[in-house]
Amino acid sequence: MLISTILREEKPALVAIPVSIVALAFAPSVVPESIGISLITVLMFAILALSWTMFSGPTGFVSLATAGLFGVGVYVSAILRDFLPIEVLILIGGAVASLLALAIGMLTLRLKGVYFILFTFGVASLIRSSVAWWETNVNGTVGRHVSGASNEVIYLLLLIIFAVALVGGFLLRHSSPGLALQAIGENQEAAEHIGVNITKLKVLTFAASSALMGMTGAVMATRFRYVDPSIAFNPLFSFLPVVMAILGGLSRLYGPLIGVTILVVLQEFLIREYPYVYLLIFGLTLVAVVLWLPGGLVELTQRLYIRLKIQWIKMRMRITRFRRIRQADRR
Amino acid sequence: MMESVIDVVLSGLILGGLYALIAVGLSLQYGVGRVLNVSHGEFIMLAALATFSLYTVAGIHPLLAVAVVAPLLFVIGFALDRTIFNDLRRTSIDQDHFEGRSLLVSFGLLFVIQNVMLSFWGAGLRGYSILNTPVTILGHRYGLNRVIALVVAVTASVAFYLFIRHTRLGKAIRAAAERPDMAEALGVNRRRVLAICFGLGAGLAGLAGALYSMMFDIQASRGIELTVIAIVVVVVGGLGSITGSLIGGFLLGLVIALVNFIEPSLSLVAFYLIFVLVLLIRPSGILGRQIHAD
Repeated sequence: MLISTILREEKPALVAIPVSIVALAFAPSVVPESIGISLITVLMFAILALSWTMFSGPTGFVSLATAGLFGVGVYVSAILRDFLPIEVLILIGGAVASLLALAIGMLTLRLKGVYFILFTFGVASLIRSSVAWWETNVNGTVGRHVSGASNEVIYLLLLIIFAVALVGGFLLRHSSPGLALQAIGENQEAAEHIGVNITKLKVLTFAASSALMGMTGAVMATRFRYVDPSIAFNPLFSFLPVVMAILGGLSRLYGPLIGVTILVVLQEFLIREYPYVYLLIFGLTLVAVVLWLPGGLVELTQRLYIRLKIQWIKMRMRITRFRRIRQADRR
Repeated sequence: MMESVIDVVLSGLILGGLYALIAVGLSLQYGVGRVLNVSHGEFIMLAALATFSLYTVAGIHPLLAVAVVAPLLFVIGFALDRTIFNDLRRTSIDQDHFEGRSLLVSFGLLFVIQNVMLSFWGAGLRGYSILNTPVTILGHRYGLNRVIALVVAVTASVAFYLFIRHTRLGKAIRAAAERPDMAEALGVNRRRVLAICFGLGAGLAGLAGALYSMMFDIQASRGIELTVIAIVVVVVGGLGSITGSLIGGFLLGLVIALVNFIEPSLSLVAFYLIFVLVLLIRPSGILGRQIHAD
């Protein structure tokens, strides 16, 4: 899409994106420390949900490989932490994750629908069990200790990755590759006929969005401080971002962010004392959203907004009619 | 050498019988209703925990408890299909859309059922020992409970196969799976058949769960492992093929028994490797997409 069109049609986003990033940059120095730590969780899930949505949102190919791609980043960081600075680890983590995604993408070209979902889940589980086997049988350990980084550093690094994800997601929505992805989601055959190189586009988008997941993993390893396969490749890292994104709504860039905020706040309140209740609510949310709210909260607010607007117009019409009658009476 | 071959084959068959039983319910639910129910393992675990409680609290023998647990799960499954999945079927654009959405909903159910179980039974390992006197088959000793489980699993699978193949309802189920519109035109009440299928799938999970609790320690959070086993078996046998999932169960049981014999720590890796390779090389599995046996 032309820059002029973006400037004309997306003014709110052009303001909102830089403002939110600057606001988040200053947030830790303003809010109490406990909330600052929660903000790290928010950012982590925000990146995962945004990057998941980049590929799965427009194409409709639901990927459950997130835990695998994130976990690979965690392990890259855990293994090399003592030898390289964290900035380099992030780049390596991202590169390894996107290479892995490239391989997954090339292998899954033929798979559609549930087969794709199952395959991505299978690959993530295969990586997890392979790493677990390698660690126990070759290295003779279950987990690894990682020397931690300070919360400020972790937050800042995640914020930078988040900014990249946000800007990347925005550009993807407003570029011809983004529209072509949308076309694939709506009708793959038709998209192919109008000249979209389906294979290349899907694989590259998947790989690029996975790089962000690997980078996040590389940062989070220094936050976990101790990693083992069940932490790094926790299947919840595959499921939570999906539910967050769907709850918020995939049709807008900010949709997943709404879902992330709600579920992370819920998690922070409930996970310590009532972990089962949290996951129970999580499951019910997933069922309810898929059943009754396919467009997520974004669509719900849009529907409410339109209804309010209609009411507002009706009211104004009533007022004008009333005025006219009164004027007629006066005459 | 011969001894170990016999041992691998026998333990493979015992494992395979359990795999087949775990998988056949899932296979039915996907084959007819097109619901890839990833909460299947949770249903199994629910049945296992219920059997455990019936035995330890009320003293009801697990083989009798099946008669309570399986019908109960049938009712739950039937109700779920009538409400949630029927709604989804009505509001979905096409088959692919429905399959994707029902998969997500069943992920939701997974978390719901799992956490209900966790709040009710806690996270600890539960188990009881029953009928574990060893019996000797071809010079190898196996627990009586495992042998009984194998016998029940095979009997149930064969009975189910005959039911699908020869009874009126079985024929209606197959018709609804293969040509939904045609079946409906011929007077099959499709909604009812689909709900019965989902219920039967859950009921088979109930049977599998009761048997599972006799053989292994159970834990509320372990359902997902069973789901993965069931999915792998079903994919190996061919999504939607009931005969395929029976064959797939025994095949996988033999392979895993072999891996266990050579290098036990690799069995999980082997498991996922088989899964991923089958999806890559032959996504339709051994028997492809068909509900009946040829």
